[in-house]
Amino acid sequence: MTDKPRGIDPRMAGFNEKVANDQRIEPKDWMPDAFRKTVLRQMSQHAHSEVIGMQPEGTWITRAPSLHRKVVLLAKVQDEGGHGLYLYSAAETLGTSREEMENALHEGRAKYASIFNYPALSWADAVAIGWLVDGAAIVNQVSLQRTSYGPYSRAMIRICKEESFHQRQGYEATMVLARGSKEQRAMAQDALNRWWWPSLMMFGPHDSESAHSGQSMEWKLKRESNDVLRQRFIDQTVPQAEFIGLTIPDPDLKWNEECGHYDFGEIDWDEFKQVISGNGPCNKQRLAHHIRAAEDGRWVRDAMHAHAQKQNKREVA
Amino acid sequence: MKEYTTEIRNMVVAYCIALGDDSLTLGHRLSEWSSNAPFLEEDLALTNVALDLIGRARMFYTYAGELEGGGRSEDDIAYLRDCREYRNFLINELPIGDFAQTMARQLIVDVYDMGFFTELTRSTDSTLAAIASKAVKESRYHLRRSKDWVIRLGDGTDESHQRMQTAINTLWDYVPELFAMPADEQLLLDAGIAVDRSALKYVWQSTIDEILHRATLEIPTGNHSIEGGREGIHTEHLGFLLTELQYLQRAYPGLQW
Repeated sequence: MTDKPRGIDPRMAGFNEKVANDQRIEPKDWMPDAFRKTVLRQMSQHAHSEVIGMQPEGTWITRAPSLHRKVVLLAKVQDEGGHGLYLYSAAETLGTSREEMENALHEGRAKYASIFNYPALSWADAVAIGWLVDGAAIVNQVSLQRTSYGPYSRAMIRICKEESFHQRQGYEATMVLARGSKEQRAMAQDALNRWWWPSLMMFGPHDSESAHSGQSMEWKLKRESNDVLRQRFIDQTVPQAEFIGLTIPDPDLKWNEECGHYDFGEIDWDEFKQVISGNGPCNKQRLAHHIRAAEDGRWVRDAMHAHAQKQNKREVA
Repeated sequence: MKEYTTEIRNMVVAYCIALGDDSLTLGHRLSEWSSNAPFLEEDLALTNVALDLIGRARMFYTYAGELEGGGRSEDDIAYLRDCREYRNFLINELPIGDFAQTMARQLIVDVYDMGFFTELTRSTDSTLAAIASKAVKESRYHLRRSKDWVIRLGDGTDESHQRMQTAINTLWDYVPELFAMPADEQLLLDAGIAVDRSALKYVWQSTIDEILHRATLEIPTGNHSIEGGREGIHTEHLGFLLTELQYLQRAYPGLQW
């Protein structure tokens, strides 16, 4: 399947035709190596983001302020883990195992969404993550429902349903704070202040600066550009903040009647680059947590395999 | 809701709160595994059990609040009592330890819960009986998991065997408390409301013996016991658990979240 095409490879022509006709590329279809590599990079990064994303909100599970909030948060974090599972399984159709993907994460060869490298400092952060981070993720994922790799597209369709539920829960819980006591309002505003800009960075660099965007758009892996998606998120989120009386921390933000969108201030791309390259406040902590859990669980996984082997031997005997 | 005399009603309220405390403390402990389990599927499964248990606590607390008639909500009961007012069995509040300790505790509690809630479905109190029917279904699934894990780890590698044996030995001291009946519960038993916990011991022991045998583990022989949960005499661990659990309600009293 990975032979180098010579001359005009009819397999390449078939692949291009499928993409041009908006057909999905399926695991057994021939695909160029570069396409396989790109989808794998994107899907494994997405899976890792779901799993690492369990940590910042998860830190509030034991401190949730009511039993209702506790079960909602616990179930939400569980859903993120479930999304990680679908995505790892979907990515495994490309011939790379989950273990290999996790090793790449631990060795720093694979990335995850850099937003999870910020700390969740208050209860308002725990719920603002649902509102803003899941809100931004949905904008991106709705677009990815039409991505050209079949298993990825189907995983996105399933995941979007749950994410939009999380976003509403996060927004509702933020609303309770925004309409609560003075301290609760301050907590909600502070969370918005700290999570707003990192949420905008989730869409990646400007289109002109985005390393992988051009080819991914041609392959229809990516269906809409970073800047288009970012603008959509801003346009839908600003009125939500206004409705609950919170202020978006951007003095340049204003409605542009002419183009029908919000204008907004420049993102701090230096910060973005710092966090992406490993220098955010929690990069080391998040990775160390994941590695520690994997290491702590090694004896359990070994025991599970040892027991299964013993069972097999007994059945044969 | 049943009409009870004040004396019986107060005892039923206390009974519900103790049962809620058992579920909440254990559910809280299991929730600590989120993002920390040995692999992703197990992370999700542990969370499922935690969700069942916290859900169970909410039903008991809500019913306690209704019976009491003083307007206490499930959250008032969970978040505004201190250690000495908590009534859970000590085993439930112990730290999660390693995965062997978590699963050994789960086995001990799940086998107990199957016996206890099966009996409670016959309670003359129809709300308790209804909560119990739901609990039996959940605990059957919990037990299938904990039994499998104890067998796998006991009969896995040398290391897992050793860890599981240590866990069982450590937890054994907390078992007698599960079957000791205080006077109040005896009165509720006479009224057909509560379960005779002392009568559950025999089936519990034989079920555990069989599972430990299959897991190639030794059945501990010691008969030391550490008790006091139902009287509000806890381990030192509960204070830390409640400190986390109740932090926001204590730091910002009287707010809605």
